[in-house]
Amino acid sequence: MIYSIIQFAYIIATALFIFSLHWMKDPKTARHGVFAGIAAMTVAIVSTILEPGIVNWEWISVAIVLGFIVGVPLSKVPLTAVPQRTALSHAFGGLAAGLVGTAKYYLWLETPQDLTVFRMVAIIAEIILGFLTFTGSLMAAGKLQEIKWIPQRPVTYRGQNIINLSLLGIAVIGGIAVILNPVEYTFIFPIIIILALLFGVLLVIPIGGADMPTVISLLNSYAGLSAVAMGFVLDNKLLVTAGALDGSSGLILSIIMCKAMNRSFTNVLFGAFGQVQTAKAGVETRSVKQETSEGAAQILEQASKVVIVPGYGMAVAQAQYRIRELYDLLTKQGADVKFAIHPVAGRMPGHMNVLLAEAKIPYEQLIEMDDINSDMPQVDVVIVVGANDVVNPAARSDKTSPIYGMPIIDADKAKMCFAIKRSMNPGFAGIENELYFADRTFMLFGDAKAVIGELVKELSASQAS
Amino acid sequence: MKTRFKFLRQNKILIISFLFLNFIPSIAYAESEGSHSEPDYIALLFVFMLATFIGLGVVTRVSRLLHTPLMSLTNAISAIAVVGSLILTGLDHPDYITILGAIALFASMTNIVSGFLITDRMLKMFKSKESKKS
Repeated sequence: MIYSIIQFAYIIATALFIFSLHWMKDPKTARHGVFAGIAAMTVAIVSTILEPGIVNWEWISVAIVLGFIVGVPLSKVPLTAVPQRTALSHAFGGLAAGLVGTAKYYLWLETPQDLTVFRMVAIIAEIILGFLTFTGSLMAAGKLQEIKWIPQRPVTYRGQNIINLSLLGIAVIGGIAVILNPVEYTFIFPIIIILALLFGVLLVIPIGGADMPTVISLLNSYAGLSAVAMGFVLDNKLLVTAGALDGSSGLILSIIMCKAMNRSFTNVLFGAFGQVQTAKAGVETRSVKQETSEGAAQILEQASKVVIVPGYGMAVAQAQYRIRELYDLLTKQGADVKFAIHPVAGRMPGHMNVLLAEAKIPYEQLIEMDDINSDMPQVDVVIVVGANDVVNPAARSDKTSPIYGMPIIDADKAKMCFAIKRSMNPGFAGIENELYFADRTFMLFGDAKAVIGELVKELSASQAS
Repeated sequence: MKTRFKFLRQNKILIISFLFLNFIPSIAYAESEGSHSEPDYIALLFVFMLATFIGLGVVTRVSRLLHTPLMSLTNAISAIAVVGSLILTGLDHPDYITILGAIALFASMTNIVSGFLITDRMLKMFKSKESKKS
């Protein structure tokens, strides 16, 4: 009887989870999604506690209280740190799956008839996915947080891919051995765990900052799949569905990210970016045109259509509130101000949208790359703030460029372009940006926050007079 | 209202068959009540397959504006692993199993709490032009 009640509760929770994701289709309904998710989670937890035979209440309450103590501060991080937090929670998800799989294996060793082939396959999949997600996500979080002893730059060495793949191969072969003979080959089990932990680290080490959106999405998918495997182990359909929802969401996001960079999964994971460019010869030092903030403000005053292209540099300089002031001033003078969002701008999918929303810019003004490019020739002024590769026209024209074929925001097609940049140092991939040398481009050198602050000052002074 | 239920109409068959698959084996399992019996893995694989399709269908329709909150939301959802860790921690097992379970429970609980809270915090920031004026 109690079993049927629990299963019914799980069905309700499953339906609520699906609605939760469904409501994310529109910012207007999105908060219903969170409430549906919380309701589903509550139903699931409460009905699980009904399970007969639960005795260790002190352990349960301590773990739950600790979860709250750590969880609440983690939800209060500044929005620029959201990618790290997300990577960290993927790590927690992977850890939970890995530990449950391990515990179940040792538990069932006492009654070996329980270790059926199906369960063993699920356990091995769970621990490999879980533990590699754990260390991989920890590495990603460390890189994003810029912790000192974790190298930010992609780390590569000879035979890297062969070493990585053979590690995974050994883990899988060991896994097969344990699956076929779970009782005799017990000693292999910890070895698989160690190999999975190691593989997670090695998988993320060669990945640089601009590939982080893809890697985070991919780890999201792995965390979901490890929850699915846990569902197989525990014969729990709620776990399987919730994990599958998470896994497919991660998969879709990774596909979107890869398409936005015109690269394949294997290329992101096995071809460290930024290495390709070392042989680039700086044959000619071309000159760029510089503009002062007064001049730029005068031009902006006349503009009726303005597009702002934000990039990770905007987040680093914390310039979003200044941009908001600029947006207000330009809107007041009657200009149409839009924001062009490239899918891979920032360090995780949708990063720029959240930062701009935090600065209270209405979400109707945030336009996807594909929707804004056709309007570009009519735009009077494009302001590039901390974006680089996503506006590089070389992606369209220069077949030798490593970013050739990547879809970009056509900032060069606008009537005029201002690029705010600290110096002429090329961006993360070391690729020269053709846009800066174009006839209609003017550079505004300086910290993004300071430069936009000056623009705001000039504009508001002239509007007041 | 019409658009809100469009999703249900479009995916009617998927959803109904999914609910049935969830339901029938669980009743059958409850009848047999044999704890050592092999789980009905065909049903599990079915559920996995259908849930993946529903997930793909639902997530492709998610607004591109909301990809960051989407990720933190799915994060909290996949922390449903809490269910497994709860049972593992709660039942009368050897101590080392309980400790492993408790760590897993702590990790999932952290994800649930921080995942839902931060998703809501981010979603609150998305304001349209009209709502700003009011």
